[in-house]
Amino acid sequence: MTASLQVDAAQNKTSLKIDRMVFSKLDELGIPPSDPCTDEIFLRRVYLDMIGTLPTRQEAKQFLSSNGINKRSELIESLFERPEFADYWSLKWCDLLRVKAEFPSKLWPNAVQAYHRWVRTAIFNNMPCDDFARAMLTSSGSNFRVAPVNFYRAMPKREPKEIARIIALTFMGTRTDFWDEEQLLGMAAFFGQVGYKGTAEWKEEIIFFDPTLKFLHPETKEAVKAKLPDGTVVEFATNQDPRLVFSDWLVGSQIFSDNIVNRIWYWLLGRGIIHEADNIQAGNPPQNQKLLNFLSQELVRSGYDMRHIYRIILNSKTYQLASIHNEGNQADEANFSHYYPRRLGAEVLIDAICQITETTESYSSEIPEPFTFIPENQRSIKLSDGSITSPFLDLYGRPPRDTGYESERNNTPSPSQKLHLLNSTHIQKKISSNKTLMGMYSRKAKGKKKTIVAWYPEEEVIENMYLAILSRYPSAKETNQALNYIRNSDLKKWDAKIDVAWALLNTKEFIFKH
Amino acid sequence: MKTKGRVELSRREVLGYTAAGAGGMALGSPQHAAAVKAGKAKAVIQIWMWGGPSHLDTFDPKPDAGADYCGPYTAPIETNVSGIRIGQRLPLLAKQADKFSIIRSMTHGINGHETASYVTQTGRPVGGEVYPAAGAVVSRFKGVDAGYDGLLPPYIVLTQPQGRFSESGFMGLRYKPFATGGKPSAPVFTVEGVIQQGITQARQKDRRDLLHMLDTYGNKMKGNPAFEQMDLCEEQAYELILGDAGKVFDVKTEDAKLRERYGRSDFGASCLIARKLVEAGVPYVTINYRGWDSHKKHFDIMNTKLPEMDRGFSTLLDDLSQRGLLDSTIVWWGGEFGRSPKIQWEAPWNGGRSHFGKCFSHVVAGGGFQGGQIVGTSNGTGEEVADRPVYPWDLIGSIYEQLGIDTTARLPHPQGLDVRVSPTEADGVTMGGRLREIMS
Repeated sequence: MTASLQVDAAQNKTSLKIDRMVFSKLDELGIPPSDPCTDEIFLRRVYLDMIGTLPTRQEAKQFLSSNGINKRSELIESLFERPEFADYWSLKWCDLLRVKAEFPSKLWPNAVQAYHRWVRTAIFNNMPCDDFARAMLTSSGSNFRVAPVNFYRAMPKREPKEIARIIALTFMGTRTDFWDEEQLLGMAAFFGQVGYKGTAEWKEEIIFFDPTLKFLHPETKEAVKAKLPDGTVVEFATNQDPRLVFSDWLVGSQIFSDNIVNRIWYWLLGRGIIHEADNIQAGNPPQNQKLLNFLSQELVRSGYDMRHIYRIILNSKTYQLASIHNEGNQADEANFSHYYPRRLGAEVLIDAICQITETTESYSSEIPEPFTFIPENQRSIKLSDGSITSPFLDLYGRPPRDTGYESERNNTPSPSQKLHLLNSTHIQKKISSNKTLMGMYSRKAKGKKKTIVAWYPEEEVIENMYLAILSRYPSAKETNQALNYIRNSDLKKWDAKIDVAWALLNTKEFIFKH
Repeated sequence: MKTKGRVELSRREVLGYTAAGAGGMALGSPQHAAAVKAGKAKAVIQIWMWGGPSHLDTFDPKPDAGADYCGPYTAPIETNVSGIRIGQRLPLLAKQADKFSIIRSMTHGINGHETASYVTQTGRPVGGEVYPAAGAVVSRFKGVDAGYDGLLPPYIVLTQPQGRFSESGFMGLRYKPFATGGKPSAPVFTVEGVIQQGITQARQKDRRDLLHMLDTYGNKMKGNPAFEQMDLCEEQAYELILGDAGKVFDVKTEDAKLRERYGRSDFGASCLIARKLVEAGVPYVTINYRGWDSHKKHFDIMNTKLPEMDRGFSTLLDDLSQRGLLDSTIVWWGGEFGRSPKIQWEAPWNGGRSHFGKCFSHVVAGGGFQGGQIVGTSNGTGEEVADRPVYPWDLIGSIYEQLGIDTTARLPHPQGLDVRVSPTEADGVTMGGRLREIMS
């Protein structure tokens, strides 16, 4: 107990440092921060940000009624332990790693399963991120059996320059388009001996260190000297796998930890300290250098513990600001003066709708073999294969996993999305099939074994809808407005109640994280 | 609040499913405007033969190749163009052969669905960037960016998206097709989001009022730029929901005899709706026609599928022609590959045909493509291109030209890379050449 309190205190201190850096920058710029967010806002936000899942009605009630002084940080801790935490962050990493059975990664279904499971296990066990990167960069073996080797397979072109480009993007958050050619070739030389070979098993592939391969300069046709991105030229013995040398350098470098903490900041706050988060370069300086340095040091100090970074950000006042702007900060979109509202991601949105309406989605892939059928009750955030999709996910900007750029996930609204949510049979059916949401329940008839169907009073139905959809209680005004609609409409009560649920599902409060 | 003029402008911007946020893409730049000239064609109807149709059993019959190649289809039929014979299950198309040309020498050599689909629909060889499909490119140059201001989306797919690869490639969400969902042959074709059964217009309006009343957070955030786009999208969506534009999906307004000729199948209804969409000004419609991946029981499947295809496709050509739309509408028929000319009689296939990317057929009609012609030939068994290879980029490049799209124009790229509409020999791509022989 005392130990955990001490941890809490240290924790808060670290989070306070973040706030000091953010707020002093705001002070400098004369931008007033928004107010702290309320418990109900925090609850919904932190669920969506950490586990990509809405709180259930019961979870919402429980949190809102708790009086604990540490209830926010306790909630954060409990969400780390949820299986959805690993599901949701595997989804994110698999976007960046282009995990996809078909074109263009062409990992094949078995390898996708293996790779996704490996990523998820790493996140579930909180594998330090230096080990995580090192495993992907240095493993050798079968794509089915040594899952992280799939890193070298999920690329549009399997050649040293392309490998270097992808590693720079993924683990250094930098785009080699801005590099000079010799710098790229120097880095590519570390991957000139990545060999690929098939086996007798269909679609199995071995990735291995092949010392017989030579990486020649495209013009001079001479062996290219391996040169680290920091300019150091490295020589190695013939039997030494140069990937090991590179990954040792990588995980110890400043840019590696900058990249990780900047991405986490971007994922949680909707904008990178360096933005875009995968465009770290001299011409694109951090908005707050001190803050970036501090987070980077924290990552190293904690032994590359990504959860530590999540934790100190999530517990900060900065993260817990309201999204409602004030007069002085409405225009701010880079200094974190308020929480920037963002539309729910495609998978999270459909999962939320399914949870509220107690319905499911069907996913399958009949090409390539073996055919894949996803269990009906599985959440969309658990989808491992970027090739398995649905019209809904496509419509809402799920990344195609072609390139690994953060910008592939497109959360900008479109009229087609609006049409779908406002007026599609798909969504309408989900809402109207859920009798619980409309207030039906069953109870035992007195003295008999039989259960009878009963209906909650309308006020209670409205309250439950608010808790399930918006994770909060309705205000008296809102209750009255909804009641008026139900009572004064010409529609059947059932249909009028459907309309209330429909309306709540179409509010900005539901569609956005805020 | 907003001036009238500003709303108009912004609405126009969102209109055709733009969804802004396409960072760094200069819209309507001079360079882009110059990329579109008035072409012969205004629209494309793409009949996508999902799974890969057999070329031998459709447009490249080989009656002399023997039973191991023809199976039961030994008697190809004459068409209304002398010298052109097509598969025996396509008698109605035989009467329209003067309107279409057959390319019998399509080739790319890829036998995997997903990669072949990518190459055949993008007109791009594999490797490097993931390029957009032809529909997305047309949507870029003929859609909203080019001043298209219809209420209907500029790129529509009946009914399901492809899903095998990202149709809009690096160009992103903004150029994705609108997938109708639903069942075109049903009494009411419920186009997802546009047409919903059982909700009256009055209820739609009541619902909208209720939504605006209960949108507490949204009301607090009024004026916040983060939501401006969302509000415009909603306005736009309601124009479609409450307006008349969605009626284009209703085939009941058409003559019963004509509907009968198209066929009461989903494919037949899709062909009819595609015509209506083109008539309404939509520049690109894909009919995603499933069911051609016939590994097993191939001829049983062909016996039912081919007559259905024959009806819909032939009536579409005839109907477009009678309405004077064929001159400005390209109809493009084909799948990701053909099917193996040699029949697999052995178990487990029991008379099936497998994937075949080395040689296959595509068909084009209208929009400046002459009819009644054959481009290229395959060898005696349909297993090799004998003459005049046509690669997907030759065909798609020709389609772009007919539409007046400059094939050397730049495409919008999220990282600002210099990427062009069509590949050339300078990109290291083997070219068969544009289809000059049938382009007028």
